[in-house]
Amino acid sequence: MTHRIRSTVAVGALLLAGSAFAQVKIAYIDPLSGPFANVGEAGLKGFREIADTINAKGGANGQKIEFVPFDNKGSPQESLINFKAVTDQGIRFITQGNGSGVAHALVDAVNKWNARNPDKTVLYLNYAAVDPTLTNDKCSFWHFRFDANSDMKMEAITNFMEKDKSIKKVFIIGQDYAHGHQVAKAAKAMLAKKRPDVQIVGEDLHPIGRTKDFAPYIAKIKAAGADTVITGNWGNDLSLLIKAAKDAGLKAKFHTYYAGGLGTPAAMGPAGEGLVLQLTEWHMNVQPNKAEAFATAFNKKYPGVEFYYLRVNTMMLMLAEAMNKAKSTDPKQVALTLEDMRFEADNGEVWMRKSDHQMIQPLYISIFSKVDGKAVKHEVEHTGHGFKTLASITARDSQLPTTCIMERP
Amino acid sequence: MEFFLISLLNGVTYGLLLFMLSSGLTLIFSMMGVLNFAHASFYMLGAYFAYQISTYLGFGAALLVAPLVVGALGAVVERYGLRKAHRFGHVAELLFTFGLAFLVEEIVHLVWGKSSVDYKIPEYFDGTLFTLFSTSFPIYKGFMMLVSVGMLVALYLLLTRTRIGLIIQAALSKPDMVQALGHDVPKIFMLVFGGGTALAGLAGVIGGNAFITEPGMAAAVGSIVFVVVVVGGMGSLAGAFVASLLIGCIQTFSVGITFSVTDLAALFGVRLEDSSAVARLTVTQLAPVLPYLLMVAILIFRPRGLMGARES
Amino acid sequence: MIEPLFSRGRILLWLGGLAIAIVLPLVFSKGFAVSLLCQMGIMVVFALSYNMLLGQTGLLSFGHAVYYGLGAFVTMHALNMVGKGGFPITLLPLAGGAAGMAAGILLGYVTTKKAGTTFAMISLGIGEMVAACSLMFPGFFGGEGGVSGNRVTGKGLFGISYGSQTEMYYLIAGWAFVCVAAMFALTQTPLGRMANAVRDNPERAEFVGYDPQWVRYLMMVLSGFFAGIAGGLTALNYEIVTAETLNAHTSGVVLLMAFVGGIGFFYGPIIGAILITIMQIAIGGITKAWLFYFGLFFLFMVLYAPGGIASLLTVQRRLWVARLWWPLLPGYLLVLPAALVSLAGIVALVEMGYGLLEQEGTGEHAVHLVGLSIDAASGAAWAGAAALLAAGLLLVRWTWGRLEVKWNAALSALQNPGGAA
Repeated sequence: MTHRIRSTVAVGALLLAGSAFAQVKIAYIDPLSGPFANVGEAGLKGFREIADTINAKGGANGQKIEFVPFDNKGSPQESLINFKAVTDQGIRFITQGNGSGVAHALVDAVNKWNARNPDKTVLYLNYAAVDPTLTNDKCSFWHFRFDANSDMKMEAITNFMEKDKSIKKVFIIGQDYAHGHQVAKAAKAMLAKKRPDVQIVGEDLHPIGRTKDFAPYIAKIKAAGADTVITGNWGNDLSLLIKAAKDAGLKAKFHTYYAGGLGTPAAMGPAGEGLVLQLTEWHMNVQPNKAEAFATAFNKKYPGVEFYYLRVNTMMLMLAEAMNKAKSTDPKQVALTLEDMRFEADNGEVWMRKSDHQMIQPLYISIFSKVDGKAVKHEVEHTGHGFKTLASITARDSQLPTTCIMERP
Repeated sequence: MEFFLISLLNGVTYGLLLFMLSSGLTLIFSMMGVLNFAHASFYMLGAYFAYQISTYLGFGAALLVAPLVVGALGAVVERYGLRKAHRFGHVAELLFTFGLAFLVEEIVHLVWGKSSVDYKIPEYFDGTLFTLFSTSFPIYKGFMMLVSVGMLVALYLLLTRTRIGLIIQAALSKPDMVQALGHDVPKIFMLVFGGGTALAGLAGVIGGNAFITEPGMAAAVGSIVFVVVVVGGMGSLAGAFVASLLIGCIQTFSVGITFSVTDLAALFGVRLEDSSAVARLTVTQLAPVLPYLLMVAILIFRPRGLMGARES
Repeated sequence: MIEPLFSRGRILLWLGGLAIAIVLPLVFSKGFAVSLLCQMGIMVVFALSYNMLLGQTGLLSFGHAVYYGLGAFVTMHALNMVGKGGFPITLLPLAGGAAGMAAGILLGYVTTKKAGTTFAMISLGIGEMVAACSLMFPGFFGGEGGVSGNRVTGKGLFGISYGSQTEMYYLIAGWAFVCVAAMFALTQTPLGRMANAVRDNPERAEFVGYDPQWVRYLMMVLSGFFAGIAGGLTALNYEIVTAETLNAHTSGVVLLMAFVGGIGFFYGPIIGAILITIMQIAIGGITKAWLFYFGLFFLFMVLYAPGGIASLLTVQRRLWVARLWWPLLPGYLLVLPAALVSLAGIVALVEMGYGLLEQEGTGEHAVHLVGLSIDAASGAAWAGAAALLAAGLLLVRWTWGRLEVKWNAALSALQNPGGAA
């Protein structure tokens, strides 16, 4: 009884669609309240938009894709409670991206659930949790990652830094949890190998989502004399960090993973020009930009949010194709089709590596610069500035070996 | 040196903001004996009101109007909520403010959404006030200090130079006596509650854009404000002032100090080979615990607080 | 008024409770319902352990989650250790209980030196301190990710592996029953009685020869034990424990449960725990605004029924016994619809507000309420809802005014049965 109420209400949008089609439901488990609510909501809009596009073209295996949002408040424990609700409602696909702590909890839960309920398996599609262990020591057949992992990103960033001889002193700052730790560890190990002359002048971890004033940290970075800062921060933790750097007049370069959207460009404004870099699978000024039309339409439809997650599109298009190919929406069949799949995405050809379920895709390093109509055609978040590609890394070059020994059902 | 001075400035700015928040709470707590859990919620409301007003009328208007609106709201809450709960004793009163804090957060969700709102520092405050060595000190932080100090002076004058101020002061230490002298104590309570929440609102107006305006901002400062009040001492505004600055500085400086137990041992010539988790903890990592440690220690060893007039 | 410890009615009540606990998952067998029942069982133990402090000893704690959380963490570590050994999972919550008790012995010594507001503040401080510590020692607390385990690794007694949620439910129900019985028995012991005396008048308790500080300390330690067991059950149920289990939010929730249920009665927190868990999970699934309703409900309780639901029920029962209930019924029947009208007004306003928020940017304004579809963007809908609320409130005022006279008369008749009636 209650079960029925929950499901009808949760997919309130279902009534709008008013379709008689069977549906593929995907549970979206991400923060929709709390300090990272803006990130979670932007992600959900992206998923719903691409689902509409796919549904308009006939859906996946003839069925419509429907997203059911669950607010995990950014917490692993809350996510597991959500996961219980997901399995209670009979939803067979989940997606999550914000927070590797949550990702670990979910991988664990999915593995346990699938082992205990082999006839009701659930597939976990990870669009942004980048802890490398998820596709190495802790890899799972039921987990697919569509974002480059933290080590792959750091490999690309340090390759880029290797050539920049102006870098002398590096400061590493991050959020105090699995992802922040991984970034710091990888940055230190890789820089020690590629640039032994570079000095790491400091390393700081701050509580995630709780620091509102980064001025003390900036004072510390300044006192250490750093010319370059490496950070894996995301959401408000990045926006506030860069805002504090701007306020204190810190002129160091910021190598980031996530500076390209979700409020960070607006927070730094013109002060970030020539100082803030990001590593992404796509940005609005990539050449050639096959997602330009989609992104423009998206930005027009949702004022206040900008299209940011190209990998979300890639993930959904690949999932739909896998369902079409497998002629099934059973998670196991879909997983078997999805692994080793090659796909022409909007940022080039991508490949879902079979050995660890890590997607291999092209990456770009870009820098925040003034719009000039040529290399920087589009601005981000009404700042008059956009991102300019400095280096592109082919899918093949972005690969790293894996230690994954996958148990297949 | 540069690090020290900048950290000191940051610490004092933050401390002054804390004082603005806690001065109201100290007054309410000492006079009425109410641990107002919703105090930080009024701080949050101040920030949200200021955001809303500034989108129509600009920041200047928000700075004046938002605290007044918050204060009026506080007075209404006292008159129609708290006074009713008062009949059932202190626990009910406390739970009332507890529930209120809960409800305010939900109302904020309902009206302004669950993510942060774009409450920005006005453009004319965007810039550098002065540069110390190589670090710039933003104008806005200077402005925050100015407002805080201005409020401090005004509050001081109000309490020492006006009739109502003298009554409030008397009620701080001897509430029963004031009542016996025939003053309308409930009305004074309402005034103090309204005034205290207005101060919290003002803190919200200038703190909301300096940091971030989001539904979690009340919970983030809520317990720190209690620490200030307890450490400062019952009925002592001066104590609250000292405690605010102390905690502001503790929180700012501890970020920069990477000194651990192992280092301490090394100073004395002891080398801790097998560094356990405790020995490796640095002051930076200990920072979040320090205020609460201070509070518990004060409650146990000096329950009247640093400068408190009485115990409870 | 005091009933004998093993009165027939009381034994029947306990056996009835046990029977209901056994039958429930057979009636509500859907996965969702069983999860809900599990959570309820855990919260009943936790809320009762809290009331040992607040209701029975008069100690208002803002840091009770510390004992619950530490119990959960220790149980999780114990679970991960016995994965290799052979300790039965069934008895594992005892590890949590021991941890809660140890924390009570250690921290309680500091906190229970004082009572009243000072105790409340110290408990708040200790709670925040432990919560902050949880991020400093990732080895024990697992950092942001928490500690997870697999409850099926251990061997159960009689081949029960606790793989299914229903088996887990019976484990929780069993423990809950034992704990509730133990906590009830405690209220009947000299210690339980002394705790009440310390709550009501510490000076007099001291005069009789008991050290109030020692009584508070003992109650704190025992309460920590039961909170720890509740924590242990959570660890086994969710198979993950994160720092949130011991933060201020959890401490707040348990306080709300105990208070809403009624701290003056032993069974009050049981009602509170069950009701709030249902609200949290069931209503939380229907509407995004459940916390809002919950906040309103809580404020309403504080202002109008500070004795909690249990006290309302008890009054009804006494009125019934004294044959004073029937005359009140017409009044109830008038107030109820009026209250429902106001409630409908509030719900409509809140749901439209949330609806607009949810659908921001999508161009949709339809809000679905019990089968109705309302355009949340139209002024008429808002005006209608506001009018509904206003009319409801006026009606409540009017009908309650009429009921109040009778109500007060009935209450005074209850107090001096010789007088009226």
